Amino acid sequence: MFEIVERKMIVPNLHLLVVHAPDIVEEIQPGQFVIIHAGEGSERIPLSAADWNREEGTLTIVFMEVGTSTGKLALLKAGDKIPTVVGPLGKPTEIDHFGTVVCIGGCFGMGSIYPVVRALKQKGNYVVTIMEGRSKNLLYWENKLSEFSDKVIKLTRDGSYGYKGHIKKGEDIIRETGIKPDRVIANGCMTLSYKTTKEYSHFNIPVIVTLNTIMIDGTGMCGVCRCTVDGKMKFACVDGPDFDGRYVDWEELAKRRKQYLNEEAFLVHHSGCGGI
Amino acid sequence: MAEKKTLNLNRVEMPKQPHFIRRRNFNEVALGYTPEMAVAEAKRCLQCKKPLCIDGCPVEIDIPGFIKCIADEDFAGSIKLLKEKNCLPAVCGRVCPQEEQCEIKCILSKKGAPIAVGRLERYAAEWEALQAQIVLPEINKNTGKKVAVIGSGPAGITVAGDLILVGHDVTMFEALHEPGGVLTYGIPEFRLPGRVVSREIDYLQKLGVKLVCNYVVGKTKSLKKMLEEYDAIFLGTGAGLPWFMEIPGENLNGVYSANEYLTRVNLMRAFQYPKTYTPVKRHKKVAVVGGGNVAMDCARTALRLGAEEVYIVYRRSRTELPARLEEFENAEEEGVIFHFLTLPEKLFGDENGWLKEIECSRMELGEPDQSGRRKPIRIDGSEFIMPMDACIVAIGNSPNPIIPNSTPGLEVSKKGTIVVDENTGKTSMDRVWAGGDIVTGAATVILAMGAGRKAARSMHEYLTNS
Ligand SMILES: Cc1cc2nc3c(=O)[nH]c(=O)nc-3n(C[C@H](O)[C@H](O)[C@H](O)COP(=O)(O)OP(=O)(O)OC[C@H]3O[C@@H](n4cnc5c(N)ncnc54)[C@H](O)[C@@H]3O)c2cc1C
Ligand SMILES: Cc1cc2nc3c(=O)[nH]c(=O)nc-3n(C[C@H](O)[C@H](O)[C@H](O)COP(=O)(O)OP(=O)(O)OC[C@H]3O[C@@H](n4cnc5c(N)ncnc54)[C@H](O)[C@@H]3O)c2cc1C
Ligand code: SF4
Ligand code: FES
Repeated sequence: MFEIVERKMIVPNLHLLVVHAPDIVEEIQPGQFVIIHAGEGSERIPLSAADWNREEGTLTIVFMEVGTSTGKLALLKAGDKIPTVVGPLGKPTEIDHFGTVVCIGGCFGMGSIYPVVRALKQKGNYVVTIMEGRSKNLLYWENKLSEFSDKVIKLTRDGSYGYKGHIKKGEDIIRETGIKPDRVIANGCMTLSYKTTKEYSHFNIPVIVTLNTIMIDGTGMCGVCRCTVDGKMKFACVDGPDFDGRYVDWEELAKRRKQYLNEEAFLVHHSGCGGI
Repeated sequence: MAEKKTLNLNRVEMPKQPHFIRRRNFNEVALGYTPEMAVAEAKRCLQCKKPLCIDGCPVEIDIPGFIKCIADEDFAGSIKLLKEKNCLPAVCGRVCPQEEQCEIKCILSKKGAPIAVGRLERYAAEWEALQAQIVLPEINKNTGKKVAVIGSGPAGITVAGDLILVGHDVTMFEALHEPGGVLTYGIPEFRLPGRVVSREIDYLQKLGVKLVCNYVVGKTKSLKKMLEEYDAIFLGTGAGLPWFMEIPGENLNGVYSANEYLTRVNLMRAFQYPKTYTPVKRHKKVAVVGGGNVAMDCARTALRLGAEEVYIVYRRSRTELPARLEEFENAEEEGVIFHFLTLPEKLFGDENGWLKEIECSRMELGEPDQSGRRKPIRIDGSEFIMPMDACIVAIGNSPNPIIPNSTPGLEVSKKGTIVVDENTGKTSMDRVWAGGDIVTGAATVILAMGAGRKAARSMHEYLTNS
């Protein structure tokens, strides 16, 4: 059993979950995820690590309440116990001295990009972090991200905070201010991953995005998370979840993601952001 | 002197749910013997002086011995004898391919009526389960040695059971949220009810085995680090990596690996959706590719989820079908349609990415290949289209690479299996043993258990002398 240390809504629909999982925290690296199963009858859902504390053995996750299982997680409170937190799964995000790195985080990705930003900065990179959301009240962790970023760009679609715009606007700013990225890393929903790939490919640099495929076991056993990268079949849970977006078959991926739309819609109480 | 028995060739049939009922429910198909049936069948055994059946059993159960006990209505005696060699008789009685192991060797097989060893084994195990109190065997003094068993399938269960009895401190680690390996996530409820497996796991825990689920060795902790905590480690991580056909269209929606399909239904209980939250599609026309037990299980699961037409598409002929005869017959009775000598070539989808049809070629059999079976050869120009809304790929699995990939120094073969010493199960790494599907590639429950037993013996020897 894994004890919940804290659960609170940090911005509308996005929750912070802190869980005691010392074994996982000892090994976890930026870009990895865990699978949570909230007990009998639940789904196994993949959620990325947003932060951790090795002394206290706690893992922090930021999740969006989109459906039944995340809805169940949103009801947890400190002291509750959940039977399954398994990980760390997936390959860590590649961290090295790349030079200038643009890190993009949207919705839950503003959380999961944080360990990546931190690790990149500690490796001596020049880190430009872009926070992206619909409106001012959906941005969070600006202070945490600023601590390890050389520059933070805020984007809101309604212009209520920072610049008005979406992924394209971020790219405009990067280009116009003469920043020459050596690598782009984006965390967030599939729309964000796809658009980042589209807007940044012209730099001819790796555009590393997370692929939030449907998953079950997360250990390479079922193959539901498969996708095509560079013409080859890959399992996102063991070969990813990070891939260079330039080589991903996005059309196939978008269709695969919608497989259970009817079933999920049947169970959904509450719908999150626009993109899936 | 014993009088010469007259040969009784009336094999006692085991009652089953009628096919027109069972094809739509997940309850167990075979209902098991009544005590009278078990005794009658046991009495047919000739109690051979040189029993051939034992040679056919990979773990050398004293077959005439346990059968004699049943004939004498000493059921406690029969289960005791069984458990000396086989710690999972309730499982093996149900899923072992007896028809090619012990039963085929039985002297009465020549007359077409071998003793139903499997059904009797199952009967004895079920008898025990019905007793109010399960008798726990005596456990040796604690030796103070710590053993980690990685993977809770039949191989791991055997090692854990054997080593706890001789007094070691055993912890079993499992990646998934429920123990049992393929017995839990793969083999369906209608062939092996979940309660049978959980009973065995409970029993191990009663003996003192500690169980840690949700622990992926190689991810949660490296094997190297575990070796600092444990005196000896057994790897029984199975063959869990699904193969695909590598043909166009395999990533279409409606195309599944057998593992995905079965895991959704068995482990995640999707057949109770939406009471449980993991969904499974209720497809109308389903093609299952492959001819083994896994393929039969998928086809019969699809029927039970309400499919109107279910096909098995197999590239060789009925003679080469690797599935157990009983499962083939059950599938056929339930209405699964068999397309032998047929090979899927391409999968076509609609504009939303859903499978629409499968293009197949007809095959003919040529000369025998390395496996000794006649090689299927494509007949040019024989392509035809099967309209289909789901395709389940059940053509095999390779070993899960998580541990080999994260463990430098652990020798693996080209196929990804862990290399071990045949007699002891020892790997190339000090204090690490392995057995089951991770060593042999996908095989059988009983072979995994046999390998576990061998490794446990060698581990115990090492632990006692070190
Ligand atoms: C490697 C990985 C890391 C992830 N990390 C995070 C994270 O840190 N925080 C977080 O909030 N989410 C994360 N996700 C997504 C998260 O797993 C899903 O949001 C979750 O499974 C939805 O479960 P549910 O039962 O609540 O919703 P469901 O009832 O399953 O679905 C509700 C709605 O969400 C859509 N949906 C289904 N699956 C996903 C998905 N994978 N992503 C987005 N929408 C989906 C459905 O189509 C439906 O419209 C991650 C996914 C992956 C693969
Ligand atoms: C659908 C299906 C039907 C079958 N039918 C039959 C049949 O009728 N008769 C028969 O004899 N055989 C049958 N088999 C084959 C049989 O089930 C296997 O040969 C047997 O289960 C192998 O046992 P094992 O202990 O080696 O591995 P498994 O049963 O595969 O167990 C391995 C376990 O290890 C866990 N694991 C893997 N990696 C890690 C890790 N890194 N850390 C922790 N845990 C890990 C896995 O999650 C799994 O639970 C069938 C198989 C399938 C899939
Ligand atoms: S070979 Fe057949 S008849 Fe002889 S002991 Fe074995 S089961 Fe009985
Ligand atoms: S989630 Fe099952 S193989 Fe990736």
